[in-house]
Amino acid sequence: MNANSHRLEVSLETVLESIDLAESIVTRVSESAGFGEEDVHKIGMAVREGVVNAYNYGNRQDRRKKIFLTIEFEPDKMAVHVLDEGSGFDVEDVPDCLAEENLLRTSGRGLFLMRAFMDDFCVRRGPSGGAELVLVKNLPKGSSGNGAVHSH
Amino acid sequence: MALQGTCREIGDVAVIDFSGKITLGEGSAVLRKVVRDLIANGRRKILFDLSDVDYIDSSGIGEMVAAYTAVRSADGELKIIHLTRRVHDILQITRLFTVFDVQSDEASALRSFRGSA
Repeated sequence: MNANSHRLEVSLETVLESIDLAESIVTRVSESAGFGEEDVHKIGMAVREGVVNAYNYGNRQDRRKKIFLTIEFEPDKMAVHVLDEGSGFDVEDVPDCLAEENLLRTSGRGLFLMRAFMDDFCVRRGPSGGAELVLVKNLPKGSSGNGAVHSH
Repeated sequence: MALQGTCREIGDVAVIDFSGKITLGEGSAVLRKVVRDLIANGRRKILFDLSDVDYIDSSGIGEMVAAYTAVRSADGELKIIHLTRRVHDILQITRLFTVFDVQSDEASALRSFRGSA
């Protein structure tokens, strides 16, 4: 783990336990950054969904692959990147989970929840071809990202 | 906390009191097993009490949908009571609040099953 005052990088194993771990890390960092309880919950859940996506669909539960979690601060926002080692995907190909015909599908709501819980969200192709999810939350007024990340 | 489900019977209705998180992995697996066992044992009137479930992720939502369709496919009924605020909000934004049969309390839920007095 590398950490300084504005950026934290964590390499996670492609195992179920990494999902709780990622949520726990992001939750603690969000609390330190001054987010309120509800936003901390939303950020934690959105990142959880991102790591579930990397675990299930990106790395396809292949333990030889890694999930890279990066948290970085800018003066007015916190950005969380979740990068997998899969082959990437086009967000346009993901069915609309709110469409009547998709309501009883048992999967496909993760991206929707990430969008719903964050202020900005995008999917791009990572350097090795995997999917990189970028989840952004604006910092609460009066808070600054400075000093929000500490190594433990 | 890992999901736990405790079953009690009120007449011909199986009431399952869940507590913990319904998330990918153990939580979803517990829910799946409970529903599978109930259907295998011939139960067709099932009521989930979710008052002690304060967290559900997209996998848990998927498992709830799977439970709902499995019970319906067996010509049964699945109803839900006592949603916590966060679970309620998740079901609301995913439009599933109107799909699931969410009842206001246990007495109303029990009365609403087909063939109930």
